[in-house]
Amino acid sequence: MNRQGRPTSAGAPSPSAAPETFSGNKGLEQDEPLLFEIGRDGICGVDLPAPDKGIVSRLGGLERDGAIGLPGVSEPEVVRHFVRLSQKNYAIDLGVYPLGSCTMKHNPRLNEKMARLPGFGDIHPLQPVSTVQGALELMEELAHWLTTITSMPGVALSPKAGAHGELCGLIAIRAALEAKGDKRSRVLVPESAHGTNPATAAAIGYEVDEIPATADGRVDLAAYREKLGPDVAAIMLTNPNTCGLFERDIIEIAEATHDAGGYFYCDGANLNAIMGRVRPGDLGVDAMHINLHKTFSTPHGGGGPGAGPVVLSEALAPFAPLPFVRRAGDGFELVEDESQTKGENPFGRLVAFHGQMGMFVRALSYMMSHGGDGLRQAAEDAVLNANYILASLKDVMSASFEGPCMHEALFDDKFLDGTGVTTLDFAKAMIDEGYHPMTMYFPLVVHGAMLIEPTESESKESLDRFIRTMRGLTEQAKAGDKTRFEGAPYFAPRARLDETGAARKPVLRYTQPQQPAEAAE
Amino acid sequence: MTVKYTEDHEWARVEGGEATVGISPYAAEQLGDVVYVELPEVGKTFKAGDEAATVESVKAASEVYAPVSGEIIAVNDALEGNPALVNESADGDGWFFKIKLADEGELAKLMNEAAYKDFVAGLE
Amino acid sequence: MRYLPLTPADRANMLDVIGAGGIDELFKDVPQAARLKSPVDLPNHAGELEVERRLSAMAAKNVAAGSVPFFIGAGAYRHHVPATVDHLIQRSEFLTAYTPYQPEISQGTTQALFEFQTQVALMTGMEVANASMYDGSTACSEAVLMAFRITKRKKAILSGGLHPHYRAVVETMERFDADADNELVVCPPVIGGAEDLIGKIDDTTACVVVQNPGFFGDIQDLSALGRAAHEKGALLIVVVPEAVSLGLLKSPGAMGADIVVGEGQSIGNALSFGGPYLGLFATRQKYVRQMPGRLSGETVDANGKRGYVLTLSTREQHIRREKATSNICTNSGLCCLAFTIHMALLGEEGFTRLAKLNHESAVKTAEALEGIPGVDVLTPSFFNEFTVRLANPAGEVVEALAGKGVLGGVPASRLMPDNDSVADLLIVASTETNTDADRAAFAAALREVLQ
Repeated sequence: MNRQGRPTSAGAPSPSAAPETFSGNKGLEQDEPLLFEIGRDGICGVDLPAPDKGIVSRLGGLERDGAIGLPGVSEPEVVRHFVRLSQKNYAIDLGVYPLGSCTMKHNPRLNEKMARLPGFGDIHPLQPVSTVQGALELMEELAHWLTTITSMPGVALSPKAGAHGELCGLIAIRAALEAKGDKRSRVLVPESAHGTNPATAAAIGYEVDEIPATADGRVDLAAYREKLGPDVAAIMLTNPNTCGLFERDIIEIAEATHDAGGYFYCDGANLNAIMGRVRPGDLGVDAMHINLHKTFSTPHGGGGPGAGPVVLSEALAPFAPLPFVRRAGDGFELVEDESQTKGENPFGRLVAFHGQMGMFVRALSYMMSHGGDGLRQAAEDAVLNANYILASLKDVMSASFEGPCMHEALFDDKFLDGTGVTTLDFAKAMIDEGYHPMTMYFPLVVHGAMLIEPTESESKESLDRFIRTMRGLTEQAKAGDKTRFEGAPYFAPRARLDETGAARKPVLRYTQPQQPAEAAE
Repeated sequence: MTVKYTEDHEWARVEGGEATVGISPYAAEQLGDVVYVELPEVGKTFKAGDEAATVESVKAASEVYAPVSGEIIAVNDALEGNPALVNESADGDGWFFKIKLADEGELAKLMNEAAYKDFVAGLE
Repeated sequence: MRYLPLTPADRANMLDVIGAGGIDELFKDVPQAARLKSPVDLPNHAGELEVERRLSAMAAKNVAAGSVPFFIGAGAYRHHVPATVDHLIQRSEFLTAYTPYQPEISQGTTQALFEFQTQVALMTGMEVANASMYDGSTACSEAVLMAFRITKRKKAILSGGLHPHYRAVVETMERFDADADNELVVCPPVIGGAEDLIGKIDDTTACVVVQNPGFFGDIQDLSALGRAAHEKGALLIVVVPEAVSLGLLKSPGAMGADIVVGEGQSIGNALSFGGPYLGLFATRQKYVRQMPGRLSGETVDANGKRGYVLTLSTREQHIRREKATSNICTNSGLCCLAFTIHMALLGEEGFTRLAKLNHESAVKTAEALEGIPGVDVLTPSFFNEFTVRLANPAGEVVEALAGKGVLGGVPASRLMPDNDSVADLLIVASTETNTDADRAAFAAALREVLQ
């Protein structure tokens, strides 16, 4: 009988204070220095052939002198470095990521596979058009889905992200007004708007004027009518809005805007709540960007890339920017220059080449998978999930507005009054519970905002666990247990970071100790 | 020497035709930790109410308006290296700039300390 | 529907908890007139196999660059991307994370961005770089607006060697931006000769924008131009369309650039028919607060451990709103990660060697074409791209070459259709992916087409 070997019982419970480790690592969590600290000369992570000595350089003497200062790192070290870094990130694939207005839904891997087909991933934007007919067909098909879902006649595909789409839509509005010889100076934006709205309007020279909200979190129609005038170019309105509410007066808002000679720009960030149930074209919208990286599941990738096609009304469609796809016989042509236009009046070009093709493929793959029926079901489930959270938490947290909500539930920090716990503390305690915090301190119209958007990707079981956790935290805060919140997060790769220090003395790159890297004079 | 206040929370300490200008301790607290201050060029002239400087915390950015019209005659260079002075001593070492008064009559439009205190109390 | 986890029983149960009689009650705020009565006219949901079949059929109608001798560049370049890059960027924790707004659980993204910023600063010879823009063209127009802000002047001079799409993007932004007095001086293209930009700079010039390598592939020393700009108080903006060139050419920083922008696609990123790509943006430390876009900065946590956070965000739209330096919100996160990983694998040795191989490839391609009657190489010095004058209109030649299974460059007329003087110019790029067999096939096909 073998009496040797390792003990197999669990042994004594862990002591309450974990030991300091010599390595700085904590089990699976590996501390990882910068690439520049692990790299060294004489190592390379790729094998490239030696340059041919027989070649006569045609550089005209413009060779770089001196080293760049890049570290050498072998392939296994590079893999380990980035795998270790990745493990310090939260992700939708890991757990609930209820960032309000960001629509963190499941990112299907089929989309990734499709975008990497050589016929999509390995084609150049300036290949002869005859060699990319399938790509143009895909763009046309995507345009068909987007215009059908929104009931809008036109779409500009090239904007690279939501804010870029806003720019596209507002420039189209300005171009349409200028074509009529109509100079207007003001754009009306609700107080609850995302910061990109006023930033975009200001970037193209409009004065931004805020529209007040009603007590129930919507645009004050009477106040809006007051603000309208012959100098108003457009309203920029998010619908459903950033409080997660549908603007009940939206048709009246659109009509009043049109009566005053202005255009209705809709921020489509929250299209996920209404696709298949409400079409912006039926609401009187003139332009709306669609964040493919929100509604149509293209991955956020730690902050991009996005894609922000803009659907356009009859009045604005002719002003859509270059380039665009046009059917021609059995195939497609690409209109890249004004000389190729037939009656259109493009306002110019917003980007080099034709837009975010890789995102187009992913979004279409997602839409085809869902179909018209599935998209509608997804919107309904997103709204159902948000209302389930609202209904299950409103007795212990303070809901800012009466329900029902659309795809996201908004709470403020009233329920924390007198506890000494802030929205930020509460959010950081959620991290310890294994959740990504909700959007916090936005929208600005309520105090200490907590905006929860579960999306349709969460199961009921997952929501129930989340709700139990939120209720537990709420009780604990009200019971006066401040330390659990103020010190949070305890179980993250880092404790709270000093953002003040980072901004006072910005360190924006690595510099070798003692031997400062070559830099501009 | 008199200290006057604006509704945008600037203070102006007036001495011999010059005003030293800063933001009130209340404003500094509202902003949070100040991380950056952008100061005007010496020699520039402003009208009362013009944007003269910028003050930034991590979470907010705010303009500092000239409380009175006049020419900038000095700026507080210490803020460049140490913007925390605004939080530590908003009404002292954390001053922003000195302006030569173009029209002393404008001072009458500003609040005195008591009126400003009431004004702030009304905001709470 | 495989992506939706709620069962019909779950839905009924949840509606009960909510106290709603049906899903329609949750949409009661939607005006009656706007409620869609019938489903949208689109196909129903489909399984993976079916979607894959339909999309693959579209993909199959395209000629993939890797399947033919391929010599197209003009702002997007085909390079070999190591397998490691695509594997790592598809890790869930990178692919499916949002912008790092909660830094304690986003250190993977913020540290990678900090490494990206350092790489870009080193490569361009600048002091600081941001965490990327949408692409090279939008980075270029943001640079011009930044120069207007810094100099408080209103005139930008654009070199004729600037990529026509970049020029068009700058023109759109200039035409529609907030300041009606802004002015662009757009220079005509000069092929194979020197452009006089210095003579155009005066005391009202905010910036001079020069691309290196230029649209026609030519490379030049910009040091004198930089000095001339600085003498007049103007900024030098250098546009780098092909990031690999930075491994071999004198850095823009060393030539006096104040802002360097570029297209980073060629490192780590696929051609993907024009996007997503990533814009590089670097400048001097003193201008950092006028720089658009996100920045990752080093700091410490409550326990004194080093970490990284998004910083200087008061420049950005979510705080500044209508006073922001730019309306940009999204960056090109995952594309920068691909860039960073590819650069990490290359390192000093690999990056400089890759650049040499590219130059070598282009020289060999030029040599292969030079002997063909009706082909004249115009670009005296170049990196991995050059321009040839053809005996026939280049647009027709390129179509004929495609018919013979060769993707042989970009006709200048495609991007400058209103300029008759470029009708016979072909822009040819050649990277490390081209083999001697590719070059031979290209030369043979071109010889036939020109006969």
